[in-house]
Amino acid sequence: METHLDAVTLIDLIFLFVIAIFLGVELISKVPSILHTPLMSGSNAISGITVVGAILATGLTPGSVLATTLGTTAVAFATINVVGGYLVTDRMLGMFKTKSAQKSSEPKPGSGGAK
Amino acid sequence: MNLELIVNIIYIIASILFIIGLKRLSSPVTAKGANLLSAFGMLLAIAATLLTKGLEFQWILIGMAIGAVIGIFIALRVAMTSMPQMVALLNGSGGLASLLVGWATYHYQPASSMLTTVSTYLAVLIGGVTFTGSIIAWAKLQEIMTGKPILFKGQKIVNSILLLTLISAGIMFCSDPAANYPVFLGILGLALILGIMVVIPIGGADMPVVISLLNSYSGMAACATGFVIMNSMLIVTGSLVGASGIILTKIMCKAMNRSLANVLFSGFGSATSAQKSSVQGEVKALKTDDAYLVLEAARSVVFVPGYGLAVAQAQHVVRELGELLEKNGAEVRYAIHPVAGRMPGHMNILLAEANVPYEQLVEMDSINPTMETVDVCMIIGANDVVNPAARHDKTSPIYGMPIINADKAKTVFVLKRSMATGFAGIQNELFYYENTRMIFGDAKQTLQSLVAEFKEK
Repeated sequence: METHLDAVTLIDLIFLFVIAIFLGVELISKVPSILHTPLMSGSNAISGITVVGAILATGLTPGSVLATTLGTTAVAFATINVVGGYLVTDRMLGMFKTKSAQKSSEPKPGSGGAK
Repeated sequence: MNLELIVNIIYIIASILFIIGLKRLSSPVTAKGANLLSAFGMLLAIAATLLTKGLEFQWILIGMAIGAVIGIFIALRVAMTSMPQMVALLNGSGGLASLLVGWATYHYQPASSMLTTVSTYLAVLIGGVTFTGSIIAWAKLQEIMTGKPILFKGQKIVNSILLLTLISAGIMFCSDPAANYPVFLGILGLALILGIMVVIPIGGADMPVVISLLNSYSGMAACATGFVIMNSMLIVTGSLVGASGIILTKIMCKAMNRSLANVLFSGFGSATSAQKSSVQGEVKALKTDDAYLVLEAARSVVFVPGYGLAVAQAQHVVRELGELLEKNGAEVRYAIHPVAGRMPGHMNILLAEANVPYEQLVEMDSINPTMETVDVCMIIGANDVVNPAARHDKTSPIYGMPIINADKAKTVFVLKRSMATGFAGIQNELFYYENTRMIFGDAKQTLQSLVAEFKEK
């Protein structure tokens, strides 16, 4: 795989980085504290985007056993991050109910949280 | 159109989906759809990456299958009370993935441009710290390790040496990456040690800050990986997550009136920083039968949950009592302090799990002005966040921290096992106030007997 970062590309990427940080700050500031836990697990799932890097590191390193092994392990961990993160966020958000919705669905008695 | 162009266009679409996903997370109504949108973006990003020319699929698919099975398993099994541990582990796996990608890229192509090498160094460093830091945070939350800060003589010196070594090794590595494989491995090892060292001096109740910070790091690690493989989407996405972690960290620190440096380095809550109690007065205990009579007459009731609620697994029985009180004609609300629990929003998800409608979950700043009109304020497993000393006692370690003004309510019930101090190691003068009644015992049992009394009458 091609990995030769030059100065011009670097400046472009830093530009992107700075803008994205500001965008992130704007977006997240509007999330109410009631949703902070799902925000964490959800943004966590997004950070599993490393899986893209992991896929390339696994698939574009033919002939190097160590690189492929490291890549495969990275794919596995990043996938845990992605799948686990989105799924658990979905589970949590499914629990937030309004007053009216609460009436229609009775809670399971005595469930300690584990499904 | 060539393939690379298509892949990059899909990357742009995925990034837009992530951004909209975060934007729509601002309301509980749109949040569930937002999460699905974001997940769809991830699916697109992964699918597009798999289109890359010359890719060998075998190992990628094996890795993804293993990861997906583990991910599904833990996400469906975890209890809401253990959510902080879950998030810590997810942060850790993201960090480890970044470290491994950095390593694999370097191993395959040691001689690379200076800038790529610097990015690799950062990916390994941040990824490593995130990984072991998260593992330690997990162990503390899971109570495999002591929740107390671990401090030893010369800790700051050891950490400074560690940091300086990492920086100088980094300079050495970046100046000639191809010749310095052992140095690279040394950096990797030291990064892992640094992760352990930075989290052990931080106490259990400061975990909301640590988890937020590690969340930010996992984003930054993804970002650094983006620089290594020159992928704009990774940089944008990693920055979004990094920013989210930074904001949450800031909110948590503000809610404790402490600086980030103070949280990270002071060993707050250790035996040495605990103060001698200087509180005078008499504690008035109350039996549940008498508590029932007070509650029965109450028109406005506020519950203040804390980490003790999660420990006692009492969220369902609290909701049951809340419903009975409502049927009895009382207005019921739940006052949530920003740092209650072990991670941002911890109490909210526990109560949501127990089917408490989210309209009843009220933030500290909204509940405080109405506290004088509250008949009964019931404190369940919270301590420092309702200690009035934070408002007036300049010698108190928690002085200046915004608190829920539970003491302003007409009657305060404190559900507590014993008179033990809270995390900050200080006595809570609220327990000695004229309008305070202590109901000793296991919070869950106390609540259950109150529920039983309501059902009998």
